[in-house]
Amino acid sequence: MTSIKTLVAAAAALVALCAAAPALADVNIGVSLPLTGPGSGLGIPMNNQFKLFPKTIAGEKINLIILDDATDPGKGVNNARRFVTEDKVDLVIGSAITTVAAAMAPVLMEAKTVQLSAAPVGVPPGQDQWLFRLPQGFSVMAHPIVEHMKSHGVKSVGFLGYTDAYGELWLKEITAQAEKAGIKISAVERFARPDTSVTPQALKLVSANPDAILVVASGSGAAMPHKGLIERGYKGKIYQTHAAATPDLVRIGGKDVEGSYVVSGPAVIAEQLSDNHPSKKLAVDFVTRYEKEMGPNTRNQFAGHAYDAAIVLEKALPVALKKAKPGTPEFRAALRDAIEGMGRTLFSHGVMNWTKDDHWGYTNETGVLLKVADGKFVVEK
Amino acid sequence: MDFNIASILALDGATNGAVYALLALATVLVFAVTRIIFIPQGEFVAFGALTLAMFQAGKVPGTVWFLLILAGAAAVADLVDGLKHHHSAGRIGRQLLRTLACPLLVSAVAVWAAPRQLAMPLQAVLTLALVTPFGGLIYRLAYESLADASALVLLIVSVGVHFALVGLGLYFFGAEGFRNPSFWDMRLSLGPVTLSGQTLFIFAASVALIVLLWLFFERSLHGKALRATAVNRLGARLMGISSNAAGRSTLTVAAFIGALSGLLIGPTTTIFYDSGFLIGLKGFVAAVFAGLSSYPLALLGAMLVGLVESFGSFYASAFKEVIVFGSIIPVLLWRSLRDPHHEEH
Repeated sequence: MTSIKTLVAAAAALVALCAAAPALADVNIGVSLPLTGPGSGLGIPMNNQFKLFPKTIAGEKINLIILDDATDPGKGVNNARRFVTEDKVDLVIGSAITTVAAAMAPVLMEAKTVQLSAAPVGVPPGQDQWLFRLPQGFSVMAHPIVEHMKSHGVKSVGFLGYTDAYGELWLKEITAQAEKAGIKISAVERFARPDTSVTPQALKLVSANPDAILVVASGSGAAMPHKGLIERGYKGKIYQTHAAATPDLVRIGGKDVEGSYVVSGPAVIAEQLSDNHPSKKLAVDFVTRYEKEMGPNTRNQFAGHAYDAAIVLEKALPVALKKAKPGTPEFRAALRDAIEGMGRTLFSHGVMNWTKDDHWGYTNETGVLLKVADGKFVVEK
Repeated sequence: MDFNIASILALDGATNGAVYALLALATVLVFAVTRIIFIPQGEFVAFGALTLAMFQAGKVPGTVWFLLILAGAAAVADLVDGLKHHHSAGRIGRQLLRTLACPLLVSAVAVWAAPRQLAMPLQAVLTLALVTPFGGLIYRLAYESLADASALVLLIVSVGVHFALVGLGLYFFGAEGFRNPSFWDMRLSLGPVTLSGQTLFIFAASVALIVLLWLFFERSLHGKALRATAVNRLGARLMGISSNAAGRSTLTVAAFIGALSGLLIGPTTTIFYDSGFLIGLKGFVAAVFAGLSSYPLALLGAMLVGLVESFGSFYASAFKEVIVFGSIIPVLLWRSLRDPHHEEH
């Protein structure tokens, strides 16, 4: 008797499962996000934004399959495998953490499925045919800094940055761009986030006396080197990178960071953008809709990437639908071609122009230079 | 480099060296008494600095809940032990009271005081009172049942405790860094060198603590008991000195020193939940200079580490840590050539 009951229950469960499984004609999108673990601070806001994701695009129902990758590359790979074998998704979004997104990339490339990564993943050349990045690369962020230096007569720049990959990538980018602009990198000093003092590095930089110094550090860690430079009497311009564009810089740096410059993406400073910034309208729309749902001052860079993913689909899906039916390899290929052929597209995070050869894609209109004035970030014009 | 730069670098190095010295002393002390290589020493530094930062913000620091959880766990362990050994109810009760009284009292005061924005010295005292009991509780929970194990096992436990404390630190304090205000806002110019109040404060506190430790070990019965345990565990036990009590009080002293270092270093840099490890590791390097046995040599080693670090980051900032940690190799060579002895197993 019991066994028959179990059987019936199992059968019922199976039927329920089948019913819940997405119907084939819809567009299925796999989303892998770090909802737990150290990266959850990035994944959770994205998940919130996906609650506002459009239910239908171009007349097709959109099924979002959101899985947690726990900030674990192994789990990310499992998620990616599940997406391509079981769910037969047409496109994958994620992850928000570089290492996880990088681990997912080969699986999705093999399955010939487009991956919209919310992390700036660098992969060996030729391996990113199916990988598109939603965040800005370093070159578009370095661009407004170098432009500002050029227009303010800066001839020499000192560099004070992390000893890790973030510092290294910035050093490479700023050296290349500054050289082109005729600006000399006159001193390069490094430090690590847990260092108790940057006095020696500051001494050396100040005695080299460059016209400007670029501090490459993140969040609250960016204030310590900045204060160190001021303490040693540095009077020139100080620039900070986009990882420092958080309220923590001002909270800890206090009056020492007054008058310094910080580069940032446009999404989180939506209202402040000048009306002629191309992303103004979208950034404001993103911020108001997100904060209406989540409460004031909850805006977040990564939620913006989720918002931009919807823009990509709105533009690419109609094109791909003309060529093939969702759920087929032809459709996935058509989707990729459509994304590569999108042309200049406005995002909340800037202006995107993906092409066949460039899967980073942001144009130089993207980055915005801010100035710290009275403890607030204001757009520098 | 001219004299000006050299003197600024020397002052910077000596200031950091003074803090490393405290941590080196604590490391030597813990190793001598318990044979534990106490890697989590640095965590107390971060806990001290972050607890004070939370008080400054008028919030109840996460340390309070952390302390209560640890005290609760230790009480459960006491209860289980007591029942296993068929102790009388009175004895178990007294033991529970001893474990719980201090953490509960301090936590209550902290919860009461947090929103009241007391004067900074009072907050500092409260911070010390909050972080210090961690030492004894951690010994009770992680090390006590393994006290007779080999140094290697104890080292492995230390690594585990370190990771546990860092993870819990992230949970209780959050990922953001804090920088505390200076205890003494004063600037004194001596030629090229500017002495800040905080620098003087660091030196004064380090010297005072070293004198206090010396008095404790030379003049008090408690201190002498710890020294006896350090010299010979078995012999001390035969003389009626409890090695468990010695372990707990040693780690309590270590936690106190760690928290104090955190208060000293908090205003000079931004402290994160995981900043303590590297600071503690430099204290450990200094302790290795002293062969984990001599206090004066540890002091000297710490000053050396501070100076090497500061001059190293002036000449080649990208290789600063390499220089500091690489300098341990010649010292180890010299030590093992000078007094070759056989490792105990």
